[in-house]
Amino acid sequence: MDRQPTSGNFMKAVFAITWKDLAAELRSRELLSAMLVFALLVILIFNFALELDVKTRANVTSGVLWVAFTFAGTLGLNRSMAIEKDRGCLDGLLLAPVDRSAIYFGKVLSNLAFMLIVEAIVLPVYSVLYNTNLFDPGLIAVILLGSIGYVAVGTLLASMAVQTRTRDVLLPILLFPVVIPVIIAAVKASGGFLQGAEIADILPWLNILIVYDVIFIAISFMVFDHVVEE
Amino acid sequence: MEKQPLALKLLTILSAVGLALVTALVFFYAPLETVMGYVQKVFYFHVATAWVGMLGFVVAAVAGIVYLVKHDLKWDKVELAAVEISLVFFLIAIVLGSIWARPSWGTWWTWDPRLTTAAILEMIYIAYLLLRQGIEDPDRRARFGAVYTLVGGVSVPVTFLSIRLVRTIHPAVIGTASAASQGGFDMTPPMLTTFLLSLLVFTLIFATLLWHRIRLGRLQDMVEQLKMKILE
Repeated sequence: MDRQPTSGNFMKAVFAITWKDLAAELRSRELLSAMLVFALLVILIFNFALELDVKTRANVTSGVLWVAFTFAGTLGLNRSMAIEKDRGCLDGLLLAPVDRSAIYFGKVLSNLAFMLIVEAIVLPVYSVLYNTNLFDPGLIAVILLGSIGYVAVGTLLASMAVQTRTRDVLLPILLFPVVIPVIIAAVKASGGFLQGAEIADILPWLNILIVYDVIFIAISFMVFDHVVEE
Repeated sequence: MEKQPLALKLLTILSAVGLALVTALVFFYAPLETVMGYVQKVFYFHVATAWVGMLGFVVAAVAGIVYLVKHDLKWDKVELAAVEISLVFFLIAIVLGSIWARPSWGTWWTWDPRLTTAAILEMIYIAYLLLRQGIEDPDRRARFGAVYTLVGGVSVPVTFLSIRLVRTIHPAVIGTASAASQGGFDMTPPMLTTFLLSLLVFTLIFATLLWHRIRLGRLQDMVEQLKMKILE
């Protein structure tokens, strides 16, 4: 029998799961299109909900962006886990001789990929629609860190939500209160970068994002076992 | 059905008497505060109920972790009881705080760290109860509940610290007060006695309610089992 080092096996499993999701999505594109359209619609609604004149825009852009990402993210997380459950993929994965946390990391990476793709499209669209330059490396770093934290907790909670009676409806209720530090820090840090604030002022918010990401990736992958066991 | 143990009955009576005693002390023994007058007396109950809320929060988080380790359903009952009690007592604390805030700060509510975190905590508790409601299998319900108390429990301090990067106007009666705090005051000995006694009595009330609720949970389980037996 082939004896491969367990760490090699683990990473292979993680990437296999991620690749499965990405490949499936490449063919059907149902998840990405839903998330993207939803994010753009949210931004459209904000156009009417808030007076986005040039002055207000500067203060409000980061908030609007993160609301759009948060809601679109929920959509993606729900669909991603629902697909696993409905098609029996999760049972198949659980039977495979890999660490349960490999499933967790695989799903986190694919969910993160979807969220980043949506964000990568929304940013230029928003820039064009509101004549604001959003191509700031600091902003991109914040979006990356924020998305990681969001998806780390979101994948865990989506795995739980999809196994209850109320399913899709429950995920935002579970996720939003817990993910608030990410929203606070991401909005403040994004706003800071967009308005050209001192890096020293933005640093505390970046720290919070990093700390949150580390803590919640750790917690989520440790308890993921308890969430998927039969 | 099992009868209430004697200790529980005594605890209940003690809690009731204690509550009456503290109320009497607050209104007849503790002196009137010079600046705020009668409104200040809300503080004795507000801090005590918030304290009970905190106790419940910690008990729930610990019970959740112990359940995940030991898989003994008794800890699930403790966790649910603690969450329910904490939910109600934090709500009372928030209402009492608003009653105090209106005359003191001129507003019923403000988005300062402590209040905002309290609101978020209530939302987490409600989410927890909704999560449990959607699950039939008791083992899965217990597992998911424990996971959510853990996730929620860790996120709340992080949330609090995040919001605290903004200055607070919530008075810091115990510990350092920020320059922007309004409404803090020094406590004279009679005030301190009343305050400490109120904390003690409310801790007792927490223990009593927790015991009652855990017992209720156990009785609920017995009823479920009897139902299943009859249906067979």
